[in-house]
Amino acid sequence: MLDDFFIRAVLAGIGVALAAAPLGCFVVWRRMAYFGEATAHAAILGVALALVLNIAVMPAVLATALAMAVTVSMLAKRGFGMDTALGVLAHSALAIGLVGATVFTDVRLDLMGFLFGDILSVGRADLAAIWIGAGLVIALMAWRWSPLLLATLNPDLARASGLDPDRESLVLTMVLAIVVAVAIKVVGMLLIASLLIIPAAAARPLAQTPERMALLAALIGTGAALAGLQGAMWFDTPTGPSIVCAAALLFALITGGAALARR
Amino acid sequence: MSPLVETRDLRLTYGRRTVLRDVSMQVEPGEIVTIVGPNGSGKSSLLRALIGAIKPADGEIIRKPGLRIGYVPQKLHIDASLPLTVTRFLGLPRRVPGARLRAALEAAGAPDLGSRQMADLSGGQFQRVLLARALLETPDLLLLDEPTQGLDQPGSAAFYQRIEEVRQTLGCAVIMVSHDLHVVMAASDRVLCMNGHVCCQGTPAVVATAPEYRALFGTGTKGALALYQHAHSHSHDTPHPHHET
Repeated sequence: MLDDFFIRAVLAGIGVALAAAPLGCFVVWRRMAYFGEATAHAAILGVALALVLNIAVMPAVLATALAMAVTVSMLAKRGFGMDTALGVLAHSALAIGLVGATVFTDVRLDLMGFLFGDILSVGRADLAAIWIGAGLVIALMAWRWSPLLLATLNPDLARASGLDPDRESLVLTMVLAIVVAVAIKVVGMLLIASLLIIPAAAARPLAQTPERMALLAALIGTGAALAGLQGAMWFDTPTGPSIVCAAALLFALITGGAALARR
Repeated sequence: MSPLVETRDLRLTYGRRTVLRDVSMQVEPGEIVTIVGPNGSGKSSLLRALIGAIKPADGEIIRKPGLRIGYVPQKLHIDASLPLTVTRFLGLPRRVPGARLRAALEAAGAPDLGSRQMADLSGGQFQRVLLARALLETPDLLLLDEPTQGLDQPGSAAFYQRIEEVRQTLGCAVIMVSHDLHVVMAASDRVLCMNGHVCCQGTPAVVATAPEYRALFGTGTKGALALYQHAHSHSHDTPHPHHET
């Protein structure tokens, strides 16, 4: 079954959608959309490093995304404006990655594949890595779900309950790095943030509790992955952007429907 | 009886700025202490230090072993993107048995709010839900940071009466920060006035029967409010020794 590239693509899309959903909800609740984007931008630096050092792409991406996320958190704590810190680091990392990849490697590397993803070229090893990453993300999020929610609402309430809100944010940072690493092959670094935010935002009008919002986001993300892949086959369009288009369409339908229902 | 919590020569800083210094106070079981002071006087910082959110720069905080603290923060903004029912909010970070949840909501005067969305609550309802949350663990010490902010005078009076009832049923001590320098909760055993340090302390003047009181508060507040007369030995209008300018 896994011999079929389309089946592998579908499974990869579902894995990424499931991992992105719970994290995406927190990205929306904590208003860290730009943080997610910056971390994703750092991934291209990881790709360049992997090519230069001749190592596997996914661990290199994971390491740079993690380093990026931690650096940004530290700068923000030292009193730099979060916006400024992100703006400087994200685009520097992207530019250095792009320049480095061309300077240090002979092969004309297909950067487009990393910018926009190439889900149809996902191999068995990629698929295994994606699902291991997704499993890890879901396990981490399930474990820290309630503490993270409380820390998101109010850090002092979390402290009064004996939690360390900084440590909880660190969990979120780690999860974000993992999601970036597993999603880069599927939708590419330029569209990772959209896969985090759009399904969560689409789920909001339908949800009464945070848990249901995460579940619905997972459903919507999965639906978008399937519909986007199918659409890409029918219309012969690039897969990553097609998946994001499908997600945007679902968002528009749900938000519009909810607005009409409230009338 | 040993105090629930005691501070000795406490100094609190944000970065290099000292927000509070030389605070030595103790709170006995069942006592209601009101802390008043202008904005930026370090009141909230003191509460945050008591829950362990800020570490003292100097001095120490001694908590009775096993002390259970219920904390009501000053501001709690819930982003509209986060769907959250009152019940789920009270069950963070640990789910609590339904009976205890209902008891806490009852004690806080919010028995019917369990299934409502947090974002749809009025200011007063929101405040009562926060109080219910603080009461869940049957605290020995209740810390309230400007709980009546945004409530009108009858609203504040009703809230103070609620706190007094809670104190009577639970027997917990209360430290309440108030932004109003002169009108405090009548049941306060002590009032501490703060402005970077403890300026003065005393008891509120209970003048509930005086005609001037009626003129000030109307009859709807049922004696829950009282005036606090400050007995400062120094003035903050003139340059003050602790303001390094």
